[in-house]
Amino acid sequence: MESVTSPAITELRKTPLNALHRRLGAKMVNFGGWDMPVEYPSSGGLIAEHKAVRGSVGVFDVSHMGDIRIHGAKVPGGALAAVQHISMNDTSLLAIGQAHYSAMLYPEGTFVDDVIVHRLGLDDYLLVINAGTREKDIHWVRSNTTNFDCIVEDLSDAYTQLAIQGPRAVDVVQKLTDANLAGIKNYWFTHGTVCGLKNTLIARTGYTGEDGFEIYVPSDRATSEEVWAKVIEAGREFGIVPCGLGARNTLRLEAKMALYGHEISDKINVWEAGLDRYCKMEKGDFVGRAALERAKAAGLTRTLVGLEMIDRGIARDEYRVCNEAGEPVGVITSGSPSPSLGKNIALAYVPPALSAVGTTLVVEIRTQKCKAQVVPTPFYKRAKKAAAPQSAKLA
Amino acid sequence: MAYPPQYRYTKEHEWIDVKGDVATIGITDYAQHELGDVVFVELPKVGAKTATGKSFGTVESVKAVSEIYAPAAGEVIEANAALHDKPETINTDPHGAAWLIKIKLSNPAEIAGLMDAAAYEAFIAEKAKETSA
Repeated sequence: MESVTSPAITELRKTPLNALHRRLGAKMVNFGGWDMPVEYPSSGGLIAEHKAVRGSVGVFDVSHMGDIRIHGAKVPGGALAAVQHISMNDTSLLAIGQAHYSAMLYPEGTFVDDVIVHRLGLDDYLLVINAGTREKDIHWVRSNTTNFDCIVEDLSDAYTQLAIQGPRAVDVVQKLTDANLAGIKNYWFTHGTVCGLKNTLIARTGYTGEDGFEIYVPSDRATSEEVWAKVIEAGREFGIVPCGLGARNTLRLEAKMALYGHEISDKINVWEAGLDRYCKMEKGDFVGRAALERAKAAGLTRTLVGLEMIDRGIARDEYRVCNEAGEPVGVITSGSPSPSLGKNIALAYVPPALSAVGTTLVVEIRTQKCKAQVVPTPFYKRAKKAAAPQSAKLA
Repeated sequence: MAYPPQYRYTKEHEWIDVKGDVATIGITDYAQHELGDVVFVELPKVGAKTATGKSFGTVESVKAVSEIYAPAAGEVIEANAALHDKPETINTDPHGAAWLIKIKLSNPAEIAGLMDAAAYEAFIAEKAKETSA
């Protein structure tokens, strides 16, 4: 057997909770230059972690994610104009306390990164970005906002970011805060006292396809470890477990959430990735818009589809996809066993003519050709709650 | 989990249990722990040949695919069919019920070059030190 975990290299970056993960006996991997927990044998491993999030609650250290604040300088609306220029969604639609999914694009209409944009104040925005693209993103934001009257701050190292995810996440976080979480809708946020820490950002966001919260606390090690311990303690009655990047990946894949470098990259455009509903062409100009208009007129040559394996075999990232005649037609971007469904699932780019639900395709798995079929996505969708919150109450 | 003293071990974390000219091969407890939840096993058919140090099958966890290398040359006389439906046995009983294949050895003498249990335990202790450094 070849070793699947690489030994820690000293140059790898560490979150403030790195020592804690090691004390917990987590298996660590190099993720985009970060030394991160992939799974915790003490939690029962990846599948147990995945099921904890689907069934109750789990906690992830996602402090490797980056944070860029863009706020107004002298001219009102300077920050909004800057964000509108670099982000494809329509930021003018955000109320204070609201967030949305978006992406920053190259002039070619392909992805710099996907982001969550939070509107913190009147002309004040927080962009949460991916770990592996942090430096590139910050450079991109700075160099593309020089013509706007705004201040760009890299706050990436200022926060420890914890994601508490699962149907019981709300119960866990509510025990630790004075903020009324029932009043926070999906993709909204508030500021409240969490574990005694005043003015903490509490967002009802996540990357699991489940209800959940992401909290942003000061990044010093003592505070970070203390908050982690309090989350674990508060979640004990719900069976909370620490979860690693392995479960994060299977959870997001089931929910068909894109991962940079896989479903989205500098080679893939918005239409191909199927992220149309987050791209507001009518809002006015933004970086990448002109190319997207041309791409739309030219038509798609490939599109992202969900696959379920029919034959015995697991499609993995970068495996080749063929038509039934055996001719190569596409590629797997993410593939894994699905712990929730008990099936082997994948996302793949294929020609539009082969993208209809029910289409049979063939995945080359090493020496074998295994049948798969196009299925509706997301693979997993959480059950809607009986009663949605009546109104958002914001601090 | 104890490493059976009668087995021999490879640096790629396979074990081999030799009885006369027949050998049973599996992966070690260390290997299954590194892999995590095993969800899929692909084994050769009866009659296939194994070559020393060459891959004869794969074991997959949720996260990764790992090649399994043959500790010795021979001909496959049995593959563990029970793993087809219960691959997770590799996590629970890697040195016993989760054996992978049995082979008829071409050259039983080559086993002498492999590690005994004490040497293998020292080898993985060294690896564990590297990872926690």
